[in-house]
Amino acid sequence: MSFRGAVITFPGSNCDRDMAVALERVSGAPALRVWHRDADLPERLDFIALPGGFSYGDYLRSGAMAARSPIMQAVIAAAGRGVPVLGVCNGFQVLTEAGLLPGALMRNASQHFICRTVALTVENSQSLFTAGYEAGQEIHIPVAHHDGNYFADSATLDRLEGEGRVAFRYAEPVNGSARNIAGVLNEAGNVLGMMPHPERAIESALGSSDGRALFESAIKALMAA
Amino acid sequence: MKIQVQVSLKPGVLDPQGRAIHHALEGLGFAGVNDVRAGRLIELDVADDVGDDQLEEMCRKLLANMVIENYRIEKVGK
Repeated sequence: MSFRGAVITFPGSNCDRDMAVALERVSGAPALRVWHRDADLPERLDFIALPGGFSYGDYLRSGAMAARSPIMQAVIAAAGRGVPVLGVCNGFQVLTEAGLLPGALMRNASQHFICRTVALTVENSQSLFTAGYEAGQEIHIPVAHHDGNYFADSATLDRLEGEGRVAFRYAEPVNGSARNIAGVLNEAGNVLGMMPHPERAIESALGSSDGRALFESAIKALMAA
Repeated sequence: MKIQVQVSLKPGVLDPQGRAIHHALEGLGFAGVNDVRAGRLIELDVADDVGDDQLEEMCRKLLANMVIENYRIEKVGK
């Protein structure tokens, strides 16, 4: 059986093709492309990716409209069944707006759009998505966002940290995020949201290949299962 | 029925936009501004039989993000 990964495209997504290429290069299988108005996902999916971009022009709040689009009901159901879901940048915003991950992503504290490669620390190397890294490892992944300032109340932050659900932290402050959080996992560990773009760092010609291990470890584990 | 929903950041949630507006006001020479918080006003025109509970649900499900925002519903006329 070959790997079946799907990339959801919302109106205004702009990293969907990059995400599909990353899945294809690493898995060797074509990525399935799903439109936001579809009510159903393809059958027997191994992996769902919500890409970066500016879905619905960031109207109301970043990710708010996309989180209520028809396909998200199917994504929420699939996540509940344990299908791995990766949300990057706008995809992370959609996951928080959809209630699949806690917290919210607010305007960067500097008010500036931030577009550069940043250093991240891998906090949890036990998850499906991060098993290809060492705990404490520093990796370099690009960010490109205006609303990446992660907020949650302190009880939620304590719980995320206590349960090992902070996957990545910025090595130094980037956007005002609470406790420098760059990526978080859901309770079951099958949903990861992160602002940095691993799909833009899958080979050295792109400036960094540090994102590749995320896709490799997840795809390897899923194909072995 | 005309409804106004005012969405504002919860107290304690840092408001970078409000802070930038505050700085801009100071830059224009306005003195005495202690704090600025930016929010959002959403106007709805709804049928007369839309009840308060439905309006509340609209706010909680979409118009406000309850993690960071509060909302206030006001009926402003026919």
